[in-house]
Amino acid sequence: MEQFPALLRATDRQPVRYLVVDDSVFARKNLARIIDSYGGSLAGEAGDGCTAIAEYDRTRADIVLMDITMPQMEGIEAAERIVRQHPDARIIMVSSVGYQENIVAALQKGARHFVQKPVKPELLYEVIKYVLGDAAVTAANAAAGANATAGE
Amino acid sequence: MKMELIQPFINAADAVLSETLACSVAISDISMDEEPYQRHATAALVEISGDIEGRVIFDVEDGTAMKVASALAGAELEPDAQLMRETVAELANLVIGNAVTSLNDAGFRFKVHPPIDHPAATGFRGSEDTEALVMDFSSPAGSVFMNVALRYNRRRRADQNPT
Repeated sequence: MEQFPALLRATDRQPVRYLVVDDSVFARKNLARIIDSYGGSLAGEAGDGCTAIAEYDRTRADIVLMDITMPQMEGIEAAERIVRQHPDARIIMVSSVGYQENIVAALQKGARHFVQKPVKPELLYEVIKYVLGDAAVTAANAAAGANATAGE
Repeated sequence: MKMELIQPFINAADAVLSETLACSVAISDISMDEEPYQRHATAALVEISGDIEGRVIFDVEDGTAMKVASALAGAELEPDAQLMRETVAELANLVIGNAVTSLNDAGFRFKVHPPIDHPAATGFRGSEDTEALVMDFSSPAGSVFMNVALRYNRRRRADQNPT
């Protein structure tokens, strides 16, 4: 799998931590591999919305990748509940069901972005960078910043 | 079953299979199925409820499932029954999700339920108002069978309230 410039947290230069929420074990494994190619760290996994809420409380992951169609509690409701408790939560919906109503509903409930499956790693990488904004730096930029500081 | 219901599934299967298998895909056989469904290999079933209701079965040959799994994972994977089931369920999820996106944009409103295993060798026959259409998508990587049995539950809101 293609490797991307590692994304690090701006605050401590540690790998970005991800929570992956999908009822498909296969999809979770696939996203975990993609996260690895971004130099990220898997903070937790969940197979339904209820578990996702508990896992977010436990991990406070930097990014949540959330499916929509799941048993027990769907992704949009889980996103709403997480954001209600944690307004800073950065949730990206990742679903094959990409119609406009779903996207609008997810964004209205607090999701930051939407990516349609099948996931294109290069697209998801750009979306994650956009959602993290100033909260993340690439490893190359972090190194350049450190060198500049050392040279002062 | 009208083509307006079927075409989005054909388009989605063609797009998703071509992408995940990285090769051309063509429908080599299409038929109406009045008999109970006969499973070919590893199968997953997705139910749909709302303006349109029914179910779609995705049935994938083992070798093809492993090729899809490897393509989605970006690495060559060893054959494994559980992995094949998960792959077929995810493939069904991808195709049906993309198909219902098109149908929703056309004005249909419904809910897609999570994929479930279809372990039985037979089951779910079509009926007069829920005909099953079986399509065989062939590719150099093997065959994928899609069995679609859908019917209108309610007409679209736009059709119900013409202006």
